[in-house]
Amino acid sequence: MSAITGNKAVGVETIGMTMRFGAFTALGDVSIKVPAGSFHALLGENGAGKSTLVKCTMGFYHPTAGDILVDGREVAIASPRDASALGLGMVYQHFTLVPSLTGAENLVISREKVPGVIDWRKERGELAKFMDRMPFKLPLDVKVAELAAGEKQKLEIIKQLYLGRSFLVLDEPTSVLTPGEAQEVLGLVRAMTRAGELTVLMISHKFHEVTQFADDVSVLRKGRLTGTGRVLDLDRKAMAAMMIGDQPIAALDSRAEPRPDAEIVLKVKALKAPDRTGLKSIRIEDLGVRAGEIVGIAGISGNGQKEFLEVLAGQRPRHAGEVMVRGAAYTATRAEARALNVRLIPEEPLKNACAPKMTVAENISFRTFDIDGNGKPVSWISAGAIRAFSARLVEQFKVKTASLASPIASLSGGNVQRAVLARELTGKVDLLIVSNPCFGLDFSAVAEIRARIMKARNAGAAVLLMSEDLDELLELSDRIFVMSDGALVYETPIAQASVQTIGEHMAGHH
Amino acid sequence: MDATGIGLWGVPLAILGGAIRVSTPFIFVSLGEAITERSGRINLGLEGTLVFGAMTAYAVAVMTNSPWLGLLAAAAAGLCFGLFHGWICKFPKVNDIAIGIALMLFGSGLAFFFGKPFIKPKAPNLPAIPFGAWSDIPQVQAALDVNVLFLIGAALSLVLWWAFRNTRAGLIVRVVGDSSDAARAMGLDPNTVRLIATGVGGALAGIGGAYLSLYYPGSWTERISSGQGLMAVALVIFARWNPLGCFASALLFGGAGALGPALQSVGVTQGYYLFYAAPYILTLIIMIATSSPTRSLAGAPGELSITK
Repeated sequence: MSAITGNKAVGVETIGMTMRFGAFTALGDVSIKVPAGSFHALLGENGAGKSTLVKCTMGFYHPTAGDILVDGREVAIASPRDASALGLGMVYQHFTLVPSLTGAENLVISREKVPGVIDWRKERGELAKFMDRMPFKLPLDVKVAELAAGEKQKLEIIKQLYLGRSFLVLDEPTSVLTPGEAQEVLGLVRAMTRAGELTVLMISHKFHEVTQFADDVSVLRKGRLTGTGRVLDLDRKAMAAMMIGDQPIAALDSRAEPRPDAEIVLKVKALKAPDRTGLKSIRIEDLGVRAGEIVGIAGISGNGQKEFLEVLAGQRPRHAGEVMVRGAAYTATRAEARALNVRLIPEEPLKNACAPKMTVAENISFRTFDIDGNGKPVSWISAGAIRAFSARLVEQFKVKTASLASPIASLSGGNVQRAVLARELTGKVDLLIVSNPCFGLDFSAVAEIRARIMKARNAGAAVLLMSEDLDELLELSDRIFVMSDGALVYETPIAQASVQTIGEHMAGHH
Repeated sequence: MDATGIGLWGVPLAILGGAIRVSTPFIFVSLGEAITERSGRINLGLEGTLVFGAMTAYAVAVMTNSPWLGLLAAAAAGLCFGLFHGWICKFPKVNDIAIGIALMLFGSGLAFFFGKPFIKPKAPNLPAIPFGAWSDIPQVQAALDVNVLFLIGAALSLVLWWAFRNTRAGLIVRVVGDSSDAARAMGLDPNTVRLIATGVGGALAGIGGAYLSLYYPGSWTERISSGQGLMAVALVIFARWNPLGCFASALLFGGAGALGPALQSVGVTQGYYLFYAAPYILTLIIMIATSSPTRSLAGAPGELSITK
């Protein structure tokens, strides 16, 4: 590998890093060492303290105690500016590029020193020269908003290199990439570390990335360092044990045999609907989901999955086509959903499936508060019945809440999702529509939620599962479709599914 | 009808002249609002700033006998209003639209309070350049009598259009307006940038007010503004936050505003009052025509509270 940036990698070490927020210790006495030119992975569940640790090293937080060494010398990092002066940079999980600016504008304005009047001819010339040395090619003259997620991620990394950073923190860099793109980006970053030009600290919870790319790994749990070592010496099981400790993990039900002659519960034909921008439309030609099977829809976010879900949920008008549930036209009214036993678990449940300021009990009773035991409308809503009903479900689905009267927004992400599952999976379920159910949840919640979905399938529900997490789809689905550019472009039964082929279709290479 | 000598040609000519005359306050207020909104904030208080600027300019011009000092005073007063808005809005949970409405009423009220003694005296006017001197038709001369502020406004919209792409300050305003997070990651303080942008916006609105009282209509009354400050906010949205678009749409509105007087001047005696409503009807039509139930506005700054 020839010189790419001409920078020299720096090593970073934290000693006894501690961060307290009031009485809560987010980070307790964490010491990790990332030598110059190494690729270090930081593993841990949500809330384990990974971002707190990197925010301390990047100068966003001022640690309660602890020191930072850069290349063996103790340094004071009081602000992100100090960190960048030392060559430390971070690529965030959420993009920090400005959407309405072009790539070139984003690069130039993020520099430490920008001239008052920008000479674009000169800047463009220099950028072109810089890009010639870069491992990936990107269009710099289009607005960032028009770039694909993978291109944005590459631009984020290029921005850090452009700014002369030689120590990079990557915060879950592949969460928005296709498997192919993830391989490419991480491979190139790793090549730079090999060349001694870059040191990388990558936050991740994908074991296969860690074992494939990282040299060393450190694991955090509840703010403590629970393990560190060379990746070669550790297997996944050992890493998982360090990550989650000894909590019980719900086991997935074994998959009941699918019946190819089962009733087709959901049928979508020639559906057309406008997408988010209103400029393009999504088109679902023909999709059927049988009772007792999970049909997964893969795709990079922004390819129309969200719009498709919104049409099914009745949140988005459709131009043409039909959606049939058990042979009846379905327009997602409350009455139809109730009569046909259609249940919905949208992504970001707090935002899309709850009224955040209403209580846990009220939220759990949204489907049932206005009917009595026989399904007849009631004229007087009984607070007692709501409480009794939700108390039973909270118990049954192990929702951790201070009280039934707490606002649901005060619950953790996993518990909000459990409450939504409790509401949606109680009673008879013929069709279950799920979207990114485990996004941002911790290990045990993920396992439990997947187990519940599998249980619903085995009980005979038709499940349509949209997910950006390919591992999740491969684990749960009976058939997988790939959605790209608003249409279903590929279908495969799970037995023949290959990550490679699915990835290529996700990227639109066919 | 022929008394004027040029007949119906008087109508387009009067519209042109009116567009130039009436549009100037729109240009300044909408350019100011464009800067503020590009930084991610809405200042609805510009209507109040405009009225207060008109009063200040007139009062200072009467006292010093210099319209230019009046103009400067109006800009300074506008700057203060803008900075005040920007300062309040930096506090968490403060809504910029609500503060804007409060400042709109506050500015007008304060202007009426201080402006009472200045309703009578006559202030010197801002100078105009007679581009129509070559012609001996009085209508042509009247239409092409162009105030310097109009020329400055036209130049300013070009400069701003260029500056939003080619200067550090312009890019910083766009960054802050589009994503506070990105701005913070770059080490910029969004509140400071917005404070300055709102201040500059206020100063420009003050200048727009000075034009009202020192040139057209050219005197201070409490009914000096007929909602130009508010209409300018609509203009900015219509212009998609583009300074050149602001200039063009200000001309369009000015022309529409001149329709009523122009028809009246050629002797249309019936229903011309309806044409006085032309700018407002135009606003409604434009807003309806450019709206969409399914997508948000293209080009809108991401941090703007109306588009979030």
